[in-house]
Amino acid sequence: MSDMKALAHLMKELEDQLVVCMRCGMCQSVCPLYDQTGREADVARGKLALLDGLMHEMFKDPEGVYERLNKCLLCGSCAANCPSGVNVLEIFMKARAILTGYMDLPPAKKLVLRGMLAHPELFDRMAEWGARFQKVFTRPVNDVVGTSCARVISPLLGRRHFKNLAETPFHKMVPVLKTRPGKSGVRAAFYVGCLIDKIFPHIAQAVVDVLTYHEVGIVLPENQACCGIPAVSSGDMKTFRSLLEHNLNSFNPGEFDYLVTACATCTSTFKEVWPAMAEAAGNGDMGLLRRVERIAEKTMDINAFMVNIIGLAPPVRGVGGDTENPPEVITYHDPCHLKKALGVSVEPRAMIKANPRYQLKEMASSDWCCGMGGSFNLQYYGISSTIGRQKRDNIVATGCSSVATGCPACMLQIADALSRSGDRVAVRHPVEIYAEQLKRHEN
Amino acid sequence: MLNPALIKEFKNIVGAENVFTDDADLLTYSYDAAVVKPVVPALVIRPTTSEALGRSVKVCGENGLPVTVRGAGTNLSGGTVPTAREGVVILTNGLKRILEINEADMYAVVQPGVVTAQFAAAAQAKGLFYPPDPGSQAVSTLGGNVAENAGGLRGLKYGVTSDYVMGLKFFDTNGEIVKTGAKTVKCATGYNLTGLLVGSEGTLGVFDEITLKLIPLPAHRKAMMAVFNQIIKASEAVAAIIAARIIPCTLEFMDNFTIRAVESYSRAGLPTDAAALLLIEVDGHPAMVEEDAVKVEEICRQQGAVDIRVAKDDAERDKVWAARRSALSALAKLKPTLVLEDATVPRSRIPEMVQAMQDIAAKYRLEIGTFGHAGDGNLHPTILTDKRNTEEWERVEAAIAAIFDKALAMGGTLSGEHGTGIAKSCFLEKETSPATIQYSRAVKAALDPRNILNPGKIIGG
Ligand SMILES: Cc1cc2nc3c(=O)[nH]c(=O)nc-3n(C[C@H](O)[C@H](O)[C@H](O)COP(=O)(O)OP(=O)(O)OC[C@H]3O[C@@H](n4cnc5c(N)ncnc54)[C@H](O)[C@@H]3O)c2cc1C
Ligand code: SF4
Ligand code: SF4
Repeated sequence: MSDMKALAHLMKELEDQLVVCMRCGMCQSVCPLYDQTGREADVARGKLALLDGLMHEMFKDPEGVYERLNKCLLCGSCAANCPSGVNVLEIFMKARAILTGYMDLPPAKKLVLRGMLAHPELFDRMAEWGARFQKVFTRPVNDVVGTSCARVISPLLGRRHFKNLAETPFHKMVPVLKTRPGKSGVRAAFYVGCLIDKIFPHIAQAVVDVLTYHEVGIVLPENQACCGIPAVSSGDMKTFRSLLEHNLNSFNPGEFDYLVTACATCTSTFKEVWPAMAEAAGNGDMGLLRRVERIAEKTMDINAFMVNIIGLAPPVRGVGGDTENPPEVITYHDPCHLKKALGVSVEPRAMIKANPRYQLKEMASSDWCCGMGGSFNLQYYGISSTIGRQKRDNIVATGCSSVATGCPACMLQIADALSRSGDRVAVRHPVEIYAEQLKRHEN
Repeated sequence: MLNPALIKEFKNIVGAENVFTDDADLLTYSYDAAVVKPVVPALVIRPTTSEALGRSVKVCGENGLPVTVRGAGTNLSGGTVPTAREGVVILTNGLKRILEINEADMYAVVQPGVVTAQFAAAAQAKGLFYPPDPGSQAVSTLGGNVAENAGGLRGLKYGVTSDYVMGLKFFDTNGEIVKTGAKTVKCATGYNLTGLLVGSEGTLGVFDEITLKLIPLPAHRKAMMAVFNQIIKASEAVAAIIAARIIPCTLEFMDNFTIRAVESYSRAGLPTDAAALLLIEVDGHPAMVEEDAVKVEEICRQQGAVDIRVAKDDAERDKVWAARRSALSALAKLKPTLVLEDATVPRSRIPEMVQAMQDIAAKYRLEIGTFGHAGDGNLHPTILTDKRNTEEWERVEAAIAAIFDKALAMGGTLSGEHGTGIAKSCFLEKETSPATIQYSRAVKAALDPRNILNPGKIIGG
């Protein structure tokens, strides 16, 4: 353990947060993992009891606790539903950091996190190589969803149907931007995020188009780093701190009024995880914490930013939405990191509704987690894909031709589930749907 | 740790993946929602078929292993805290099939692990009504509800779980199947074993199948909120409504402490300066509902209500109940530990009981929020504390005893709906008599001579 003082500090803080859980068990009703396994150790109450047991030395099995603590989607459904207001995710992330400190990272994770993610330029370069070679190893399976699968049996990819890396990542298309605000009078920094940059660059393009249309000044710094959530959720505070500093140095809050992202996970990381973890990551560096808080205050999901700050352009009738061209049915999946963490659920729907080419039809349990959970999908693909399959069933039951969602990670998971069942349903981001509509304004 | 041969036998019965032996897993079955000391079991098993459930109980019976059955583990009386002596926890959440919903005869047959709210929704989808709605219904299981004889917000008019149990299939201590009751509305065959088993908290048998009565959905309902500036007036209004022979389906009470907590938590627009609120709903035939609603309003005014807000539509009605349902959450956010009491008095004594609660809060220097089912005399004084503060905790325990004494002195009972478990077993004699305990123990000893079915619960020992 590098810093015993920080550890002691974290432990103490954890205790005060842990006693808030009154063991009522209400979290069982919303936990997608518990829904699958029925095991108490998989739901928040059980995990909190384990941490409590460890702290009170009721038993001595940190490995056992570490394993169970890591088996979690970090979807935050439990926290959003908890009558007692237990800050479940914060506790889990801090506990992961503490336990990782004791046990050190598994070598594979260390390689990915410290070897690659912590070095944005290297990460970019490796992804580019990946994009060049992926065609050799994969073949397309579903042209509507846009997925591929492995050509030969691969331990890494398994039976997954995945989105390929984009041929050109967004940072190659638009390395840097600095535009003046027009009539909106608002300046927004744009944080792209790894998945959007490397897999869905067209979403980033849609964000730029939308901001440009509404005459929002854009600040897009070059060489952006990962938001740090993979590091935090692995308990790797060292990598987290280096990513945090990289991002803080790239984004100067004096230059913009808001910081927008099109990734639910990145937004919730900036807004909630950064402030919660900055003090610990910075070993009590209050200066770091203040810088983080300034950014966190300004961070907003793109949908919320457009609807609440800028205001959407009124729909223009064009193709679709009339008797000759009936609108296409679209449904919307609420990413946990958007609805449960940030309370954003009306705004993405408003973005979709602003485009008359689409008719929004709600699916059952639109805010039930899709089962992705970041590295959970890698470690527990079986459970992850069963949860994804339920989401797929609810999507398909609406009879839609596309599904929208505000998180690229959810998009990957949903694409996998749809593609594996052979469904011809496109997976979109609300900002794309809205951007498409603005084109009609321009024409 | 149990002997490996036994563990192997359990694995054969329920499958290796449904037998938990790791320390970390075992620890997660050492507690429930009650504030009592956790006890780690020796083994946890999760049967997924009736047959496996029966065989598991049988093996425990043959080997004298104490069995604690666990549904969702939400009970508030320590009923699922296992026994230290080689305790085995049997989970029922793998037994969650609704076997039948019979619309013509209005009954349903379910496995014990079916979640209450999911069952109520399935019944409602067929136009039928399953009224018991404990606050935990989103997670609680029907097996747990039957074993605790759970109640809910609608208890006043529709009764509690026991009013809906028509029949049971359960395993006795030897793992043999026992069948009681019927699917008919009337049944006078044999002893009323159903009556004995409801509320038995897993001490007399393990439920395998439950037959539940369903009723027609009420056609119409109306909700209102009555505001009082004196607690006594609110509680007198409760008594007056009942005395006027009107039975609302729900008649809930909230004191000022709770009102303020709810308001700061959910901004529901509650009058924070009110001394007390009554939240009332009448349901049934539309004409009757309108008539009753008017009468209730009149009575509340006569009893000194300073304001009455009648919900105009479903949205307003939902707001009234959302406020009530968030009471527990709102209080839970104020302090780390929350002790939810359950003492119940005859309805006419509600004013006295509410006053007593205030006196007890003052005497023991504790924060107590009182809300609950005023209509059926079942209040939930909720003590806010931090169990780590030992000095305060002693005062909490003294206050609990004082609440029980008060309730009993008024001809009330220790528990309206949360059961006895281990949390209240030592108070049971106060309410009953030494002979009652002896009688109960004799029944238990006859039916479970090796004392393996949830030992220590209800009657101690
Ligand atoms: C937030 C909250 C609100 C609540 N609100 C209410 C309320 O409004 N009204 C109310 O009455 N209660 C309420 N409760 C208490 C609790 O939810 C009920 O007692 C409920 O019935 C317990 O169900 P369970 O499935 O969790 O059972 P558990 O807690 O798992 O078990 C309860 C008892 O039943 C036994 N048992 C379970 N399954 C079986 C079986 N198959 N065969 C034999 N025995 C079995 C167990 O051994 C135990 O003794 C509340 C609890 C919480 C946490
Ligand atoms: S809902 Fe909240 S308080 Fe209740 S058991 Fe889960 S985490 Fe604890
Ligand atoms: S974060 Fe999600 S998966 Fe993890 S315990 Fe909470 S509800 Fe379950």
